[in-house]
Amino acid sequence: MSAQFMQYLLTGLTVGAIYALVALGFSIIFNASHVINFAQGEFVMIGGMTTVTLTAAGLPYLLAIPLAIAAAALVGLALEKFAVEPARGASVITLIIITIGASIFLRGLAMVIWDKRFHALKPFTGDTPIAIGGATVLPQSLWVIGVTLAIVLALSWFFGRTLLGKAMLATSHNRLAAQLVGINVRMVLFLSFGLSAALGAVAGILIAPITTTSYDVGVMLGLKGFASAILGGLGSGVGAVVGGLVLGIAETMSAGYISSAYKDAIAFVIILAVLFFMPSGLFGKRGSERV
Amino acid sequence: MMLEVEGLDSHYGRIPALRGIDLHVGEGELVALVGANGAGKTTLLRALSGVQPVSAGRVRFEGADITAAAADRRVQLGIVQVPEGRQVFGPLSVEDNLRLGAYLRSRAEAALGIERVYAMFPALKQKRREPAGTLSGGQQQMLAMGRGLMALPKLLLLDEPSMGLAPKLVEEIFACVRALKTASTTIFLVDQNARAALAVADRAYVLETGRVVLSGSGAELLEDEQVKEAYLGL
Repeated sequence: MSAQFMQYLLTGLTVGAIYALVALGFSIIFNASHVINFAQGEFVMIGGMTTVTLTAAGLPYLLAIPLAIAAAALVGLALEKFAVEPARGASVITLIIITIGASIFLRGLAMVIWDKRFHALKPFTGDTPIAIGGATVLPQSLWVIGVTLAIVLALSWFFGRTLLGKAMLATSHNRLAAQLVGINVRMVLFLSFGLSAALGAVAGILIAPITTTSYDVGVMLGLKGFASAILGGLGSGVGAVVGGLVLGIAETMSAGYISSAYKDAIAFVIILAVLFFMPSGLFGKRGSERV
Repeated sequence: MMLEVEGLDSHYGRIPALRGIDLHVGEGELVALVGANGAGKTTLLRALSGVQPVSAGRVRFEGADITAAAADRRVQLGIVQVPEGRQVFGPLSVEDNLRLGAYLRSRAEAALGIERVYAMFPALKQKRREPAGTLSGGQQQMLAMGRGLMALPKLLLLDEPSMGLAPKLVEEIFACVRALKTASTTIFLVDQNARAALAVADRAYVLETGRVVLSGSGAELLEDEQVKEAYLGL
């Protein structure tokens, strides 16, 4: 394996891990409500920008990061409570349009609260590159990959082992039956928004030291995360992770071997290709399974 | 009186589905509801479970007004429905389906409940780790019943438990219904198999286009000329 290939692979994994986190957020909300939450990218922005502000105010990372994640989660919960919940009973399309509106609103608000400049976060643990197999990797990349891995493990424990997690899964598979066993499906939707927002915020904080952050960083990251979720199959946790990594690696490979000008186009080519040839994605449910 | 329904109306959009339903179910009774397709049987059960909006009337359970209570609150109180078409959580394991049935019950109650359901339906124990969607139709019905029992129902609403099952399995399901009645569970049963439902019921109501048109003891209705003609195919 050439050093160059190795370099692209490591960069791709880093970016892909971020896409995976964003895609997981899409999938969790999709599962609870069949809504594609286009404000997902804004959670990423809120996480990064809040951390910038808090660290600038002198708070250490150990305090600033949990606070920023909590802030994003609160915004997610508020979005559900004040924008989605009042439209209960509306069609899925209406709800999706509400999330698009919310995303524009949040971006505008961020521009007013903060500014239009790019902000950098300090890397968590220095910026001395580490050599791996001829390639070099920033310590921050290892943070990105490591934290993503930990989150994926925690989520699979949550959805596979805890009663609340199983109740959330059950709600996504059969809402009526979930209500009939006494699951409060509105609470499930509320929690989903909080959880997705927290995941988005983590992604935004992890990547900010590498790519910087700004009020509109969520637009592109949101779209890339969406492409990843579509590629993996909307609603599938495994799909979100695989989709994110595949997209990240495909992007850096094409930027490296073809031209960086086409980097962003890859995501959109993937969305189109998946929708044309494989609408349910790599791990998605095929068609409807109602009997 | 365990369940009292007074003047209940429900609509799908502007189309009325239930009109002025009056009925009651006493403690320990097995009451059947028969009627043609589209008469509103499933709508009525869903309204009782709080998953179908009602536009007028009231529902009282053990004396308390629950007309506006949320679905999960009703399960908490002991009104538990086994829905039409089984509606198991397909990708989740059999055991997870059962565990979720006891979502609002304590861990200890759930553990006890699972043992009871496995004793009742040994086939489920063998398949406990398999995804519920891979079970046969009869096993899924048993799982749906088991999941309902996990919630420790005071009033069990059974919607078409024998639908689409082979005759032998239908017998098994009705044997299970009788066993539950003997164990003094109050049951409100909807079944297209009117003969079997009336035979097992203490009392029954006949529903036609959203209205209760006839009521009486199961035996009386089995002998009723109108019922015979319309629902028993005699």
